[in-house]
Amino acid sequence: MIKSRMNMLGGQLFVLMAMLMTYPGIAAATETMIDPAISAKPWWFWPLVLFVFCLILGVLAVMAGVGGGVLYVPLVSGFFPFHIDFVRGIGLMVALAGALAAGPGLLKRNLANLRLALPVALIASTGSIAGAMLGLYLSSLNPNIIQACLGGTIIGIACLLLFSKNTEKPVVTKQDAIGMALGIQGIYWDDGAQESVEWKTHRTLLGMFMFIIIGLLAGLFGLGAGWANVPVFNLLMGVPLKVSVATSKFLLSITDTSAAWIYLNRGCIIPLIAIPSIVGLMLGSFLGVRILAVAKPKMIRYMVISVLFFAGFKALDKGLGLGFMG
Amino acid sequence: MDKNNAALKPSEDQVIYANVLMIGVLAGLVIMGVNYFIYLAGLLPSHVDMSYLPHVWGKNVNEYLHLTNTPHGWGWVNLLMKGDFLNYIGFALLGLLTVVCYMLLVRGYMKQKDWTYTAISVLEILVLCVAASGILGGGGH
Repeated sequence: MIKSRMNMLGGQLFVLMAMLMTYPGIAAATETMIDPAISAKPWWFWPLVLFVFCLILGVLAVMAGVGGGVLYVPLVSGFFPFHIDFVRGIGLMVALAGALAAGPGLLKRNLANLRLALPVALIASTGSIAGAMLGLYLSSLNPNIIQACLGGTIIGIACLLLFSKNTEKPVVTKQDAIGMALGIQGIYWDDGAQESVEWKTHRTLLGMFMFIIIGLLAGLFGLGAGWANVPVFNLLMGVPLKVSVATSKFLLSITDTSAAWIYLNRGCIIPLIAIPSIVGLMLGSFLGVRILAVAKPKMIRYMVISVLFFAGFKALDKGLGLGFMG
Repeated sequence: MDKNNAALKPSEDQVIYANVLMIGVLAGLVIMGVNYFIYLAGLLPSHVDMSYLPHVWGKNVNEYLHLTNTPHGWGWVNLLMKGDFLNYIGFALLGLLTVVCYMLLVRGYMKQKDWTYTAISVLEILVLCVAASGILGGGGH
């Protein structure tokens, strides 16, 4: 009975978010970007709406098994009146705060692994700096370039989430030389199966190369990179799913730090909207973890993937100036 | 293997990293909360008036900086007595946490004579410091 109530709650939250997104005041917000003087809303209206929106987003993100950052940037840039420069900067701060908060627990449970994270973090954080600088440069030329590319990337992410099948415990018969040289292996306790699980990696070099691209995309669009980290760790490098998810979350705290500084130094963080976003999402994640324990998140996951498709097409539509979606 | 086997426990470096991170995050969140309250309550004057923000947050960052006369790079340090820029302390703290944790890792790896991971950690500190310095992309124009 509790499970069915929680499922209902997840659905109701989704409907509430959909209502927020289609509220005429918010739908008209994109026009106020062109002429801000039209907006008659008091200054506190948007931060308050943003806080509630991020609270719901945090709950749904946890239930759907996606990071808050990947939802935050396309949705906020599509439905709120803030320029995409600020949305990307704040999106990175949001993802960073969430990753920093989750890091201690994951490290202490030995699910996040430093030997796995540190080499790829170096590669990804360097890539994210380049991505952030490229993103700000392209945005200064024409923000529609970033908007269109973001739309395409979000649609790709939604497809990846929809079609990729992660492997709980991949079989790695032989560790490669690089993995062995760096000592990228470990052992953790699986509470569900009540057994210890040893793991090691293969295709380590290829995996590290992928993290250049992942870092670049994270910095370019202000997204957390969990959607990409997990498949690379799990499907490519053969890391068990729980370690992949945990290490990915921890890795974001390093990758996003470097990109966040680029945006912070460029002035892309407006405190009035950054703090409600960070606090709202973190509170929502906290609630989402509680609800997740008793709910069946599969339906919510499909709803969130639908939202990502919608947000991706909207960003693409906006960036290409097609005007099909208003 | 038994659940309480020592091999299943995280390494000492991981535990230290986790503890420092936890303290730093909690401190950062408290500081952010307090500073945001000071900002909203108007206890300190703002550099950019809150009522003006809706008129400029739809513009790109270069225009925003120009219209609001906001400095880029570490220029915000000179505006810490302004309610809005006081919040940057919290952002900077979150941004510097990882650097502090990595310094502890360097110490740990040097003790273990793990030179590969010492080098990786030192390089990461350099990358983060370069990003934080404002040398790259700090210019608004």
